[in-house]
Amino acid sequence: MLGLNKKDTTLLIAVAVLTMFAPFFLNPFPSDSAMAQFNAGYPDLMQRFVIFGIFAIGFNILFGLTGYLSFGHAAFLGVGSYAAVWIFKLFTYNVVPAIILAVIVAAVFSVLMGYVSLRRSGIYFSILTLAFAQMMFALAYSVLSNPKFNLTNGETGLQVYPNDPQMFHPDSMQDFPHLFGLYMNSTYTMNVGPWAFDFNTGYYLCAVVLLAVFYLAIRIFRSPFGMMLRAIKSNQTRLNYTGLNPRPYTLAAFVISGAYAGLAGGLMAAMDPLAGAERMQWTASGEVVLMTILGGTGTLIGPVLGAGFIKYFENIFSKINDAVLHQWFAFLPDGLEDFVVFLIHPFVGKGWHLTLGILFMLVVIFLPGGLVEGGQRIGKWIKSRGKSKDTGPKTEPAELGE
Amino acid sequence: MGILEVKDVGKRFGGLQALGDVNLSVKENSVHAIIGPNGAGKSTLLNCLVGKLIPDTGSVMFDGQSVLGRTPYEINQMGISRVFQTPEIFGDLSVMENMMIPCFAKRDGSFRMHAIENMMSEKDIVEKAEAMLVDMNMADKRDMHAASMSRGDKRRLEIGMCLAQEPRLLLLDEPTAGMARADTNNTIDLLKQISDERDITIAIIEHDMHVVFSLAQRITVLAQGTPLVEDDPENIKGHPKVREAYLGESA
Repeated sequence: MLGLNKKDTTLLIAVAVLTMFAPFFLNPFPSDSAMAQFNAGYPDLMQRFVIFGIFAIGFNILFGLTGYLSFGHAAFLGVGSYAAVWIFKLFTYNVVPAIILAVIVAAVFSVLMGYVSLRRSGIYFSILTLAFAQMMFALAYSVLSNPKFNLTNGETGLQVYPNDPQMFHPDSMQDFPHLFGLYMNSTYTMNVGPWAFDFNTGYYLCAVVLLAVFYLAIRIFRSPFGMMLRAIKSNQTRLNYTGLNPRPYTLAAFVISGAYAGLAGGLMAAMDPLAGAERMQWTASGEVVLMTILGGTGTLIGPVLGAGFIKYFENIFSKINDAVLHQWFAFLPDGLEDFVVFLIHPFVGKGWHLTLGILFMLVVIFLPGGLVEGGQRIGKWIKSRGKSKDTGPKTEPAELGE
Repeated sequence: MGILEVKDVGKRFGGLQALGDVNLSVKENSVHAIIGPNGAGKSTLLNCLVGKLIPDTGSVMFDGQSVLGRTPYEINQMGISRVFQTPEIFGDLSVMENMMIPCFAKRDGSFRMHAIENMMSEKDIVEKAEAMLVDMNMADKRDMHAASMSRGDKRRLEIGMCLAQEPRLLLLDEPTAGMARADTNNTIDLLKQISDERDITIAIIEHDMHVVFSLAQRITVLAQGTPLVEDDPENIKGHPKVREAYLGESA
């Protein structure tokens, strides 16, 4: 289907089902139960899952295929957001031109950054991208925000003010990003018994975009271009002596992943029309690296899983505080209850980074292929249990690009 | 005029004159061996031919065109392919993919953006790569991880990848170094077959005299960065200068 082989089609359908029915999957607990705080099916978080999924898919096209580790991709995300908000300020709240411009501007910036940074490889490339991104952060945070020329609105962040021109924005419409009249923040809540499921326009826009760019990523992975990128990661010497010039291939991969980041930034602004410089900081660039590695570098679905995993932790684990813990362990004798809460306390709430760090280390050490490898191992284990014990070990064909 | 003409090539690394006035002429469709003791400058010379090093003096002409100042991939696109001392292949890719890449390089040149097409739907490339695998006697290894093969098979694959580009000149840098006797003999047979069946010139750097005398039609002896003799194999064997270079003054 759609020019994909059977395995890839199954994967695409699986992702389609997961994203389309996410409001159900992510809200498994009744809304008034004690477990309701583990529900992740509220619009704001679901949008973030999908947007960071797009960001990580794009990052993986560069890092997963070519092995070039960029530490500056958040810069493109930020640039995309600024571009989108400027469209809102000057022209219209319709998200289509905003998202298109976000992608174009991010792609232009990534041509510049890629052209310079790709002169080096390995750690030097990473440092160059990091330096570039920090420069862009500084520009956004202070340099380009002064009374004479205010492009980014510095610390406050760029947002839409009532006195902005908004040339094509009719007064009859609400002041919020929309897709031809469908407002991004409009949510329909379906109540089924004690359960509540939220269906949000913005989320579904992001989900459809994710499906489109996920499909594009599969095509890139299976194309001759994708094979060349994997060849670059594998052996640049041989590539050079096979008459191929690695530079334009890596630059193209860099620009594609930059455009994906710009798309994510544009969508972020479309969901909430403001853009701040902190979106471009190096920690944000590091986060997408974590997502990709945690999910499974060089796999198709890995980055999406990694993005979901980290965003879930960030939003759910960080909400567990001491009061919640005491509630959970109330059945224990008093002294023991306090002790258990004392033990768990550093790992939840503001300490969620600690839990994430430990998990990240465990994954890197025991599952170098990320969550995808974990899934594959579980799959194999179930299969081998299902088979009769006297069948000998079978040789597995080499896994290509998966 | 040979297909490859090296004129007065010199290369200096700091205080070391690695090459001094090397002259070499490789005849089209011949097998030419370059031999010499350790440190004679064989590898330096090879690196000057493929664009990895730029000589300080002299000229290198391939088929009437200068290769100097060109990058390795440009020189490769002119028709010079190189086999390395330790096989350089794409270890993370399958054997079939390894073979497809040079086919793409031959058809599409040094860069082409084909990011949406499925690589397996490129019928001409797939057919050519499969035929090449059959030629190399590796059809059964088509879906193997290239890195998991034996060294002999990696060497075979590397030679096959070079041939898939239909080069006019094939350069081999000690292709049998570190190989077992059986693998060495297989490689000799393969190279003989290639030079008999194809329209190709082979230049080979080699240490192993058994390999050299089984293959070469012409031999250049290099010592301390300068060519001592260039002659046919029969005349090289007993040449006093060659014996001196290899075995020292007293011999």
